[in-house]
Amino acid sequence: MPQPLTQAPVGDRTNDFVVKFANVNGSGSASANLLFARSIIRMGVPVVARNIFPSNIQGLPTWYEVRVTERGWRAARGGVDLMVAMNPQTWDKDVQGIDPGGYLFYDSTKPIPPSKFRPDITVLGVPLTAMCNRAYTDSRQRQLFKNIIYVGALSALLDIDPAVIEALIAEQFKGKDKLIRPNIAALHMGRDYALQEFPCPLPLTVRKADAVGDRIFVDGNAAAALGAVYGGATVCAWYPITPSSSLAEAFQRHCRRFRGEGEQNKYAIVQAEDELASIGMVIGAGWNGARAFTSTSGPGISLMQEFLGLAYFAEIPAVVFDVQRGGPSTGMPTRTQQSDILACAYASHGDTKHVLLLPEDPHEAFEMGSTAFDLADRLQTPVFVMLDLDVGMNEWLCRPFAWDDARRLDRGKVMTREMLDAGRDFGRYLDVDGDGIPYRTYPGTHPTRGSYFTRGTTRDRYARYSEEGPVYLDNMERLLAKFETAKTLVPAPVERRAAEPTRVGVIHYGSTNAAMEEALDGLAGRGIHLDTLRLRAFPFPDAVADFIHRHEVVFVVEQNRDGQMRTLIVAECGVDPAKLVGLRHYDGTPITARFIVEAVLAALPDFNVVPLRKAVP
Amino acid sequence: MTYLAKPRFHHPKLPTNALGYTRRDYEGAVSTLCAGCGHDSISAAIIQACFELDLPPHRIAKLSGIGCSSKTPTYFLGASHGFNSVHGRMPSVLTGANLANRDLVYLGVSGDGDSASIGLGQFAHSIRRAVNMLYIVENNGVYGLTKGQFSATADKGSLSKRGVANHDEPIDLASMALLLGASFVARSFSGDKEQLVPLIKAALRHKGAAFIDCISPCVAFNNHPGSTKSFDFVREHNDAVNRLDVMVERAPIETEYAPGELVEVTQHDGTVLRLRKLDATYDPRDRGAAMAYLQQQSAKGEVVTGLLFVDPEAADLHDALSTVATPLNALDDAALVPGAKALDKLNASLR
Repeated sequence: MPQPLTQAPVGDRTNDFVVKFANVNGSGSASANLLFARSIIRMGVPVVARNIFPSNIQGLPTWYEVRVTERGWRAARGGVDLMVAMNPQTWDKDVQGIDPGGYLFYDSTKPIPPSKFRPDITVLGVPLTAMCNRAYTDSRQRQLFKNIIYVGALSALLDIDPAVIEALIAEQFKGKDKLIRPNIAALHMGRDYALQEFPCPLPLTVRKADAVGDRIFVDGNAAAALGAVYGGATVCAWYPITPSSSLAEAFQRHCRRFRGEGEQNKYAIVQAEDELASIGMVIGAGWNGARAFTSTSGPGISLMQEFLGLAYFAEIPAVVFDVQRGGPSTGMPTRTQQSDILACAYASHGDTKHVLLLPEDPHEAFEMGSTAFDLADRLQTPVFVMLDLDVGMNEWLCRPFAWDDARRLDRGKVMTREMLDAGRDFGRYLDVDGDGIPYRTYPGTHPTRGSYFTRGTTRDRYARYSEEGPVYLDNMERLLAKFETAKTLVPAPVERRAAEPTRVGVIHYGSTNAAMEEALDGLAGRGIHLDTLRLRAFPFPDAVADFIHRHEVVFVVEQNRDGQMRTLIVAECGVDPAKLVGLRHYDGTPITARFIVEAVLAALPDFNVVPLRKAVP
Repeated sequence: MTYLAKPRFHHPKLPTNALGYTRRDYEGAVSTLCAGCGHDSISAAIIQACFELDLPPHRIAKLSGIGCSSKTPTYFLGASHGFNSVHGRMPSVLTGANLANRDLVYLGVSGDGDSASIGLGQFAHSIRRAVNMLYIVENNGVYGLTKGQFSATADKGSLSKRGVANHDEPIDLASMALLLGASFVARSFSGDKEQLVPLIKAALRHKGAAFIDCISPCVAFNNHPGSTKSFDFVREHNDAVNRLDVMVERAPIETEYAPGELVEVTQHDGTVLRLRKLDATYDPRDRGAAMAYLQQQSAKGEVVTGLLFVDPEAADLHDALSTVATPLNALDDAALVPGAKALDKLNASLR
């Protein structure tokens, strides 16, 4: 029997533990917690940081989890070794969540009855409120410095280099220099208290390492927005919705930095009245030759359906960043899921299919965020970049952004005035190259040639209205041919072969990859080897069906209830559905390696696929 | 007569405009609307206005939603790019198009169902965003293509062709446009070309959101006694507040009117609007007064037409966004892509 994974790891805990902060939303804890995480990264030790927050501005509970992992795992681990319990509201739940042998850090200003603790944990009380009340008179200061004081205390308990934190504080308040000194003072107030009162450091320690390399710490929404800047996007129309709002806001920030010279902005951002108007503006701008995008989440995708069908059928480039959250309906607005796959792949009435890109982390969100615009122009169709809340709203430690200056924006097939003057035959929906992709003209190109009427109604190859059956079929078949072409243009899936030959495969995508890497390691340690294929786009290149054909059983691991990607594979790849076994994590928390390992272990006995010499001891 | 192909030839001595185009160069395909439809008169007025303004047809983008009125862009400006989008959503598509290329002239054509019913939100927001455009609603108070249902502009108590009375209050799009900050608001009547053509010309030369509510009777479903959008009703209740002459280049003014009867308004681009006042008290530069006047006359059952309001110094959405003069769709890689060096710097700030 494999050893259950729910037990806390034992032994040396240096650079391998989980700290969880329980805070009250709106108390200013976020920047202190971020400071904590970044100081560990600066010491060369990778972290996994996750925000767990409610749909609320002020008052409700919020958590921040920092997994310290020198091995560089990228997903949440599960479990807590040190709980920083700053929220009385969630005290009981927080104390319960600590792994046996773990630590509880709390504000000891008010006495707490012994019954509220656990005998199997170590309690570290610091009178944070009392210290603040003594040191500060302003109530907001008392609140904000309390956060820095606990970071100071933690630096002593976990042996984080205070000089590193001081440097970060100095960077953070650059330009507001008078804030630097009081923050550093607060840091040391907490640090000195802990050094004096507790046997510092605890067995949970941070030790300087060289495991971070050139990686950067950034959230997927900011990365995707930067991708849009590098992808040449000039028009952004959006409507606020969690968890995608920060993408449009980041685009604004990046544009101010890179595209606004004086009052000569080389971009236009409109906060629309709703998602229908957002996508309408994107389509209008795309029709007129600008690169345009919107960012939204599931409810927005639902609202955009009619327009998405228009863009598909009238063949207008558009980029949609869908930062997925828990559905259906309003669902879990601040929790993560991969549950818009089918709603996007087949968005709108009638026969439609759309291109999806599936970034695994902020690095890929940047990459795909820029590539999406080339694909949209090349294919003249909507392209969806399918982030999720986990990637979009959390800072991930990931490979740095990269750009090749030799790269040129691919505007696709645009017939110019010169081409029209040279007498090129222009039919808006004429498949001149046999790839299903016709030429288009931008409005205003030529006084007498190349104008056409764009419509959502059926038309012939020269854009003339027609409801004739053969004309309709000709157009619909060409759209299919174009989708075939798309298979050759979208990012290819990434296959990873197991160390030993296996008949079992795993298909997964997006943010699941972080947990998958760790799960594969854990399973390999138990003698279970799995080949994996990480999807990076829809339509599926032929490599996907090929991977399925090469394996007897293929797990499809995803973060939704109904196995939406599995459904899409079955529908599009012509494979035996019985071979595809869905493993689904969809409670709104990010998927973990623990979940995958346990799910695979539970499912495997149903299939006689474990190599014999492994199955018989 | 729509089964007949439109002949390509034209009279050799057909007059040309400053660009050397004839009126025929501004026409489109043959209309498939009902014979006598008010919308065809509006198409003709658009053709006339663009011809007289010497606008290069290919520099006009014509956009519409869904419905009879939204079909009309096929019937004018055949050399322009057109976009027949989805029902009630022309304003957002036009807004996006305008953001992409500020150098084209944007003509949005819509109907009362398209703008006052399904598209009321987009109508309102495009107006308040000051998108530089001419937005025409061809208003007949009825759904033509689906055969005669009331739209949201149908007057309360007006009768359908089958004799059913409308029980809902009407939406007055001209009043709404005033309230929402449109910088050019007019109402006209498809049966009054003398009034309509100059209004379209002035609106096309206006910078900012220009709105024309054009009453356009539906000969098939809303031209019967009891309708308040019939040719007869509008002719009897038309309260024209002014008559307009549009002068693109300032010509010497002939003083044919007595002082006090003539109002001159110079628009942003130098166009001079000469308003012959038919109502001595009406001042089209006073938004508040215009709104009050519309309400008063509406209560009396009168349809106020003419140039209702103009702010000649209006700014548009591009001004608000401080967009560069070069159209966004014409910016090249060097202008758009910050490059590897900038990225390295950004990476460094994220460590």
